Amino acid sequence: MKLERKTRSKVEIPTASMPDIIFMLLIFFMVTTVMREYDGLDVLLPRAQEIQKLESKREITHVWARKDGVVSINDHVVPVKKMRQLFYAELVKKKGKMTVSMEADKDAPMKLISDIHTEMREVNALRLSYATLRKGGNNQ
Amino acid sequence: MIIKERRGPQEIPSSSMADIAFLLLIFFLLTTTMSMDKGINIVLPPPGQEEIEIPKENITNILINQAGKVLLDNKPFKIRDIAGFAERAIARNKNMIFSVQPHPKTKYDVYVQVLDQLKMAKAKKISIANPTE
Repeated sequence: MKLERKTRSKVEIPTASMPDIIFMLLIFFMVTTVMREYDGLDVLLPRAQEIQKLESKREITHVWARKDGVVSINDHVVPVKKMRQLFYAELVKKKGKMTVSMEADKDAPMKLISDIHTEMREVNALRLSYATLRKGGNNQ
Repeated sequence: MIIKERRGPQEIPSSSMADIAFLLLIFFLLTTTMSMDKGINIVLPPPGQEEIEIPKENITNILINQAGKVLLDNKPFKIRDIAGFAERAIARNKNMIFSVQPHPKTKYDVYVQVLDQLKMAKAKKISIANPTE
């Protein structure tokens, strides 16, 4: 028995297909990656439980609202009253399919939030999502 | 010399391909942000539709004051109890509209908590009033 074992060749995991597997993974990540486009403002998002994912990244316009009232759309800092022009430009660029993802500070006053609502409604940009973190978890 | 002739055709070395692919893979793994955009989705009403007549029994008013205290149908409520109340209200009346009325200085956080509670109760009809004193 011992002799037989010695003559047997070493068993190895086949590694010839490893590059293919790695390439598959690579291609998957390349396709799914969307580079973060905007820096945004410094905000602390509120937390909630009933949160939904936004469908298409390409239809999203990001709005940041800081608690001191500074507002930016896709990294352009604008006064609140001038937001509608930018919303409209984005709406045209996205051919009417636009969702606004509002990343407002949790200490922002409702007056500011409501003013942003008004600006959105003026140009018929009606789909809105309040960006939140998941309650209870430490994830992003 | 004889040995050279016996050699097969020259090939590009492919043993390092896996390493290169690994490096690229790690780069994309690090830069990928999987579904960063999450939140509470709502649809705003179109412009110029400020006033619609709604029978009183179909409205539940949710007032939020400056300090973040919630008044639900004129009774003070804890935020985490809103979901239960809203669920019962919807069970009683399918057309129940929840009108959220914040104060201008109400913190956004409280407002999101209230909306979250309404979403938990599967409330479909949520109206957001302009903040008033």
